[in-house]
Amino acid sequence: MTSVAHEEHAHGHHDHHEEGFVSKYIFSQDHKMIGKQFLITAVFMGFVAMLMSTLFRIQLAWPGESSSFLSFFLGDFWAPDGVLREDMYLGLVTMHGTIMVFFLLTGGLSGTFSNILIPLQLGARDMASGFLNMLSFWFFALSSLIMVLSMFVMNGSIFGIDIPGDWGTEGNGPAMAGWTVYPPLSALPQAVSGSGFGMTLWLISMAIFIAGSLIGSLNYIVTVINLRTQGMTMTRMPLTIWTFFVTAILGVLSFPVLLSAAVLLIMDRLAGTSFYLSDIMIGGEMLTNHGGSPILFQHLFWFLGHPEVYIVLLPALGLSSEIIATNARKPIFGYKAMIGSILAIGFLSFIVWGHHMFITGMNPFLGSVFVFTTLLIAIPSAVKVFNYITTIWKGSLIFTPAMLFALALVSTFITGGVTGIILADSALDIAIHDTYFVVAHFHIVMGMSAVFGLFAGVYHWFPKMYGRMMNTRMGYVHFWITIVGAYGVFFPMHFVGIAGAPRRYYDYSTYGEFDVDTFNMIMDLNVIITTFAIIAACGQMIFLFNFFYSIYRGPIAPQNPWKSNTLEWTTPVEHIHGNWPGALPEVHRWPYDYSKPGAAEDFIPQNVPLAEGEVESH
Amino acid sequence: MESKFLILLIIIIGAVAIAQLVRVYELTAKLRKNEEHDIPNRDNYLNSKLMLLFMVVQFGGFIYLMLKYGWTGRGDAASIQGQSTDWLLNLNFIIIISVFFFTNFLLFFFAYKYVRKPGVKAYYLSHNNKLEMIWTVVPAAVLAVIIILGLKTWNDVTGPSPKDAIKVELYAKQFDWTARYAGGDNILGKSDYKLILGNNELGIVTSETLDSSILAIQNGAGGIASIQKLLNNRDTVITDSLMSVMTTNLGNKERLLRLLYQMKSTHAKSKDANAWDDIIQRDTLYLRNNTPYEFLIRSRDVLHSAFFLHFRAQMNAVPGYGTRLKFTPTITTDQMRVKKNLPTFNYILMCNKICGGAHYKMKMMVVVLSEAKYDAWMKSKATQNFKAKYFPVATPTPTSSGATDTVVSTKM
Repeated sequence: MTSVAHEEHAHGHHDHHEEGFVSKYIFSQDHKMIGKQFLITAVFMGFVAMLMSTLFRIQLAWPGESSSFLSFFLGDFWAPDGVLREDMYLGLVTMHGTIMVFFLLTGGLSGTFSNILIPLQLGARDMASGFLNMLSFWFFALSSLIMVLSMFVMNGSIFGIDIPGDWGTEGNGPAMAGWTVYPPLSALPQAVSGSGFGMTLWLISMAIFIAGSLIGSLNYIVTVINLRTQGMTMTRMPLTIWTFFVTAILGVLSFPVLLSAAVLLIMDRLAGTSFYLSDIMIGGEMLTNHGGSPILFQHLFWFLGHPEVYIVLLPALGLSSEIIATNARKPIFGYKAMIGSILAIGFLSFIVWGHHMFITGMNPFLGSVFVFTTLLIAIPSAVKVFNYITTIWKGSLIFTPAMLFALALVSTFITGGVTGIILADSALDIAIHDTYFVVAHFHIVMGMSAVFGLFAGVYHWFPKMYGRMMNTRMGYVHFWITIVGAYGVFFPMHFVGIAGAPRRYYDYSTYGEFDVDTFNMIMDLNVIITTFAIIAACGQMIFLFNFFYSIYRGPIAPQNPWKSNTLEWTTPVEHIHGNWPGALPEVHRWPYDYSKPGAAEDFIPQNVPLAEGEVESH
Repeated sequence: MESKFLILLIIIIGAVAIAQLVRVYELTAKLRKNEEHDIPNRDNYLNSKLMLLFMVVQFGGFIYLMLKYGWTGRGDAASIQGQSTDWLLNLNFIIIISVFFFTNFLLFFFAYKYVRKPGVKAYYLSHNNKLEMIWTVVPAAVLAVIIILGLKTWNDVTGPSPKDAIKVELYAKQFDWTARYAGGDNILGKSDYKLILGNNELGIVTSETLDSSILAIQNGAGGIASIQKLLNNRDTVITDSLMSVMTTNLGNKERLLRLLYQMKSTHAKSKDANAWDDIIQRDTLYLRNNTPYEFLIRSRDVLHSAFFLHFRAQMNAVPGYGTRLKFTPTITTDQMRVKKNLPTFNYILMCNKICGGAHYKMKMMVVVLSEAKYDAWMKSKATQNFKAKYFPVATPTPTSSGATDTVVSTKM
C-alpha cells in the first residue's frame, strides 16, 4: 500500500485489496486516515485542556471555596476538601497552555488539515512519504500520552510505578513553571513540586512532539513542491495550501531551536550543566552553577514561540479564506495580496521574538528593534482583514456553521490583533506585561481565532473526512454559544489586566490589602468570566456529541455539498487509496471562480477547462 | 466513587436521549425533503440577523465595561515615567478602539446585508490594486506614528538615570522582597550569593563577611572539615550512594571556597564603607516624593519580576545578573488616598513572574512620603544600617519620626 503514492499506480486499474483493521485504522499510511487520527487525538487533548481551564477558573472566581467539582476531578491530594492546592493551580495553568498551544492547535490544525487537504486539493494520490506521515502521527500520539501521564506524577512515580535510573524521580504533579517553562524555576526541583519528574516528562514529551512535527512538516513541504497535479501552478493553489506550506516551513525552521532549548534544559536538570543557571541559592542550598543565563532560554524559546503563533494561526486563516470564498459565492478578494501577506507574516514572524522579553533587562536598543519589526506585522495582517471584508462585500452569503465560525475568526483576529499593537510597543508593554491584558490578547488573537478556524474546518470538511454531514442546527447552537462565551470570557479579561492583575496568580486576595476598590472589581469580573467559561465549555459538549454522532449516523454526504471549486470535492465520497479512481484531475483555472459572469453555475471547479474566449482571472 | 459512577451514568443517558431527539429531527427533515447541506432561507436569514444582533451586543458590552471601569481602571500614574506612558497608552487606545469598531462593524454589517437573496448573484470581483494600496499605506502610516512616539517614550523611560538618583537595591527570593538603600554615600556595597550567611541575608561583600563565610564553609556545620571528618571516619559505614552525595558536596564546597578566596584577594578594604552604611528594609519600601530613583534588581533563586503597578514600572529579577529600573514618584501615598477617596489605599510592589507555589503572595508595600517626612524617616534609619545589624551588640534603640503615622496606617 505504500505504492499508492506513485503516479503510475492508479491509471484506470485500481486494485482493491482488503486490509486488516490494524493497517487501516491504526498504522495507516493513508493521509486521510492520518488526518482523522490527528483530529481525534487533538480533540481529546483539547477537551482535557478545556476541563483544566474550567477547574482553575473556578478557583479564580470563588477562591478558597470548597467545590465538589474540583474534588471530583482532582481528588483529595490536589484538591483537599475541594479546594485547589496552590501548586496544582500552577500545574493546571501550565498544562492547559501547553496542551492547547501544541497539542490542540498545532496538532489539530496543521496536523489534521495539512494531511487531509494537501494531497486532495493538489491532486496528489497521497503524501510524498506515507510512512513518514504515519510516523509523524505516532510521534504526536506518543508525546500526547507522555504529556497526559505527566499529570499523574506522585512522589516521582506514575501510578506507583517507579522509573529506573536517575531521571529526576522526585516531585509531585505535572510541570508547573508556566507553558513557557522558564528556568531556573523549571530547572530546579527544589523550586516547585512540579519541577521534578513531571518537568522531565514535559521535556521528553516536547522533544518527541518536535520530532514528529518536523517529519510532518518536511513531508508537507515536499508534497506541495513535487506532487502538484498537471496545471496546478503555485499561483493556482488554494490559499489553504499556501498557508499549510508556509506553516510547514516555519515549523522546520523554528522547532529545532526549541528542541535545542529543551535539550540544554534537560542537561541542566540531569547532568549538572550551567546553560541557564548562575549564582543561585535555593532551599538553603548554595549551587555552584555559574555563568549560565536564564535569558538565553527565553531567546531560544521565543525563537520558536513566536513563529509558533503563526504556525497555529496561518492554517486557520487559510481554512477560513477557502470557507468564506465558497460561502460568499465570490472569489477571495486580492488572492495575490493574500499570498504576499502570508509570506510577509511568515518572514516577519522570525524577527519579532524579542517582544516577549522587553523587561528581561535586554538592552533597550535591541528592544526598540523588536518594536519596529513587530509592529510591521500589523500591515500584512490589516491587508488580510480588509481582503476578507471585501470578499463578503456584495457577496451572496450562505451561513453554514463553517461560514459562521470563519467570520467569527475574522472578528477575533481583529479584536485580538489590535491589542497586540499595545503590547508590541515596548514603552506601553512595561505597564501591562504579564497581566491579564496579555492573557486576553493572545487568547483572542491566537486561541479563539485558531479554535474558530479549527471548528470551521471541521464543519466544512467533515463530509470529506467521514462521508457524512454534521447536523447543521446543532452546529448553529454550538456556534452561538461559543462566540458569546468566548467574548464573554475575554472581553472582561482586558479590564482585569488593565487594573493590573498579574497572570498566574492563584488568587487576588493580595489586592484586598492595598486597594479594596480594584479588588472588588477583579473579583466581580472573575465571576463573570468564569460563568461564561463554564457556559462555553458546556457548549462544546454539543460539538462533541454532534461530531461523534454524525460519524456514525449523520446523513450521507453528496460529493460536493458546498458547491466548491477545489479538487477535493471531485473525489468520490467513499474514501479510496489514491483518492481518484481514474486519472488525476487536470487543473485549468484558479480555485475562486465563484459567480463568474457568463458561467451557467455560480461555481466552476478547478478541473473545468476555460470556455471559449474565457479569460483566467486572478 | 459511587457518586462518580452515578454522574457518568447520567451523562451517558443524557447523550442517548439527545441522540434520539436528533434522530426524530432528522426523520422529520427527511419528510420535508431538507438536505443537510442545503441551508434553508429561513435559517440563513435568522443567522444574518443574529450576526447583526451579536455586533450590537458585543459593542454594547464593550461600551458598558468601558463606562464602568474605563481603560484607566488602575488610576492615575504616580510617576513621571508613568504619566508619559499613560498618555501614549491613551492615544494608542483611541486608535485601536476606533479600528476595532470600524472593522467589526463592516464585518458584521456586511454579513447581515449581503445574505443570500433569491435571484441576486454575488458580484465577481477578484482584486483592485487601488483599494489594496490604500489599506496597505494607511495602516503603515498610522503605525509609523505609533512606532516613532513609542520609541521616543521608550528611550526616555529606559535611558540613564540622573546622577543624583537615589540607589535602592531590590532583592527577590521565594517569596519576598528586600530593599537595600545605598546610605549616605549613595553607593551600594557589592554583593555575592556565596556570602549569604546568617544575618547577611543579601550576601553583602565586606572584609568581615568574607572572612566569616570562609570560616563557615571550612569549619562550620556541614562545612568542608566536617564532611572530611565523616568520610575519614573508619568506624561509620557509608553506603555507596551516600558516599557519592558526600563527595559531590565536598567538591562543591571546595570550589566555592576557592572562589571565596579569589574574591577576598581582589576585595579592597576601602570598599567596606560603601556596604556598612547600606540600610536594609523589609516589608515596606519607603520612597521620597519627586525624587528620581534607580533600582538595581537581583534575584537569589528563580526569575521574579518587580512590578510597580501604580508607577507603571516593571523589570525582571534575573539570578546571575542585575537589572535596573528607574522612576520618579510624583504623588505621595497620602495624596493618592485622597485622590482615590480610599483611606486604606497603598502602593505596591508585586511579583509578576511565576516563581513557585506562593507566587501570588510575594509583595512589598510601597509608601511614598513627602520630602520632609522621608528625610526624617531616613535619619531615624541611618543608625540601623548594615553595620549595626551585622554586629547586633551596637544596636541603638529606634527613635520615633514623622513617618510613623503612615507606617502605622499601612497595616490597616
